[in-house]
Amino acid sequence: MAELRRPTESGVPDPMKFMHPVLKKNYGNWLWHDRPRPGVLHHVAKSGDQVWTVRAGTARQLDVYTIRKLCDIADQFAEGHVRFTTRANIEYMVGSESKVKPLVEKLEAEGFPVGGTGNSVAMISHTQGWLHCDIPGTDASGVVKALMDVLYHEFKNEEMPNRVKITTSCCQINCGGQGDIAINVQHTKPPKINHDLVSNVCERPAVVARCPVAAIRPAMVNGKPSLEVDEKKCMCCGACFPPCPPMQINDPVNSKLAIWVGGKHSSTRSKPTFHKLVVAGLPNNAPRWPEVAEVVLNILKVYKADGRPWERMGEWIERIGWPRFFEMTGLPFTKFHIESWRGGRSSLNASSQVRLG
Amino acid sequence: MAKPMPITPNLDQLESGPWPSFVTGLKRLAQSEDKHYSTMMKDLLGQLELSYKTRKGFWKGGLVGVFGYGGGVIPRFSEVADQFPGCREFHTLRIMPPAGMHYDTKTLRALCDIWERHGSGLIALHGQSGDIMFQGADTEHVQAAFDEFNEFGFDLGGAGAAVRTSMSCVGAARCENSCYDEAKAMRKMVNAVLDDMHRPSLPYKFKFKFSGCANDCVNATHRSDMALLGTWRGDMQVDQAEVKKYIAKNGRKWAIDQVVTLCPTNALSLNDDDTLAVDNRSCVRCMHCLNVMTKALQPGKERGLTILVGGKATLKIGAQMGTVVVPFMRMETEEDYDKLVELGQTILDFFADNALEHERTGEMIDRIGLVNFLEAVGLDLDPNMVNHPRTCSYVRMDDWDEEVAKWNARKSGAKAAAE
Repeated sequence: MAELRRPTESGVPDPMKFMHPVLKKNYGNWLWHDRPRPGVLHHVAKSGDQVWTVRAGTARQLDVYTIRKLCDIADQFAEGHVRFTTRANIEYMVGSESKVKPLVEKLEAEGFPVGGTGNSVAMISHTQGWLHCDIPGTDASGVVKALMDVLYHEFKNEEMPNRVKITTSCCQINCGGQGDIAINVQHTKPPKINHDLVSNVCERPAVVARCPVAAIRPAMVNGKPSLEVDEKKCMCCGACFPPCPPMQINDPVNSKLAIWVGGKHSSTRSKPTFHKLVVAGLPNNAPRWPEVAEVVLNILKVYKADGRPWERMGEWIERIGWPRFFEMTGLPFTKFHIESWRGGRSSLNASSQVRLG
Repeated sequence: MAKPMPITPNLDQLESGPWPSFVTGLKRLAQSEDKHYSTMMKDLLGQLELSYKTRKGFWKGGLVGVFGYGGGVIPRFSEVADQFPGCREFHTLRIMPPAGMHYDTKTLRALCDIWERHGSGLIALHGQSGDIMFQGADTEHVQAAFDEFNEFGFDLGGAGAAVRTSMSCVGAARCENSCYDEAKAMRKMVNAVLDDMHRPSLPYKFKFKFSGCANDCVNATHRSDMALLGTWRGDMQVDQAEVKKYIAKNGRKWAIDQVVTLCPTNALSLNDDDTLAVDNRSCVRCMHCLNVMTKALQPGKERGLTILVGGKATLKIGAQMGTVVVPFMRMETEEDYDKLVELGQTILDFFADNALEHERTGEMIDRIGLVNFLEAVGLDLDPNMVNHPRTCSYVRMDDWDEEVAKWNARKSGAKAAAE
């Protein structure tokens, strides 16, 4: 057997050798920027150097042919350097304004929409889903593709009160993160346990410890060591499924989708916030999830019409109040919208400030 | 005879519409009959179509890695390999990108070539933790793929109970709001703890994220155990001539509605001559006015960062944001960066020694209390750490005088140091 190669523990690569020369030259010395049009940023350095960045949407899950095509565009219409944003957009940097228009036209002609800057709806951040995750309740790339098709105009234009960050997650762990709008799987039934497999596959004490509400306990079932779930306690979060795959939480009908709004990462103006539940019970309706798209478009329409400049989704709702949000979107307010955990009372209205009609 | 393309009526519907389609990309790989991955990708499409039809996932984990490391590969074995033998094994290599995700085309092409030789040709740019995800190698090819990436200057990222791959914003490379060298801090920090990334032995995952200002473009506050957010001390820089130009162009109502009244601490007001009055002692460096008037307003000159600890997603007690543990750390000299790395290592070591199994840093702090955490890692208390002081009197305070003495000693020490 050939001798195995020891890894070179080189860590995070130095970006300087890959960076566009204007960026490298002016590193740490930028002065201001503006956006000449949606999808294009213009940065000016203290040295007087300028750089234009053209941002385009991708599918994130890319085949090598597509990546090479993006590289060809960089070599022919830009200057051979690109970078990627945290939301899977590609950015081309060019040192002269005259290169912007041909680059934008080429990207559009090749099917890569230019946009995603400023107060647009940004590319949806997403997870792995059925394509590669071991615990997904739904797909990720497909949900995003279906939604970005209907949000195409909003990606390419800057017509929202402020930027809109949408996220998706294919289980309740929420790897997609917090969003102005978050579309996440919500299970509605306890796991179905394959008792024949539990003792061979699962480390039972670890699974018991994993349950947030202590609903799992060891049990003998059909003469075999297994686990059982107190279904009155279980809130169907699916936390037991990753360490114990025989506790199947995903269900084609009962794993639903829920929509949350008002999450915000930045400390800009208001402090960061978590997204809040607005709708649940939507069907996991592959391949295009039309029921989800309808709710998202409706929320965006109302926000777009009523939000003031710079108000993020959550800041807009903070101003108009939740009663008006539910009224304007026509969405129902149910007992599930009220926090029910021990610390949750801090989310209740402890004042006489109410909004009536 | 070539294996036929699978019938995929569900996936086919994701090829229409204006947004770029990942399905078209998957099919292109499957149809590359001259490539070794063609069969694998046909079966991958077949399995994915089955997921769309049944609304169930069919991957399970396992143990696959590379020699010398304990993590960084996400093993995937098909549960329906009898129907789709070509993708029986479809593992992902998480590879760390250059900080800030900068590439030249030569490098991107070379990465594609390596992945075509050993894997499926499918690459995610990038995963939610910031990895390049090379998806789809069988067990036999994982080592060879890694060896080539590694020889080319790239290294595996984190997976499992380990330090995870980090992210830094575009920052100093192209942003006037950058308050420290994000890429440098990120590389220094992560490269100092690679052993805890490549050989998972922590209680659970640990993430660092680096944003150059309060806009937090890499979502550090919610998404990392230790969030480094750029900020400044002292007055922000105001170019009053540019302020006047903005107001001449956009009007006073605009300035009042979109700048002044949106300041969260009422630190701004408009002067009669259309210049801006700034109450810098009330400013919380939120970035709003700088975002609006990019040409007129700049961060102050003494730059550094605010450190938050304890952010995480839902598992298992609900999502948490990081909370402030260091209000300001100056980031100017090499020693400042060394000090940051030292603190990161101290916090990581404390987490390694004290968190329970599968407990994140934020949950550990919930259990032991912020004060014990701060004492253990050697950080001083600061009122910036709270929204407001305690409201409940049920606490034992018999060493109040000693704590007051500590505070006073620190204050007089700081005053003496300043003089």
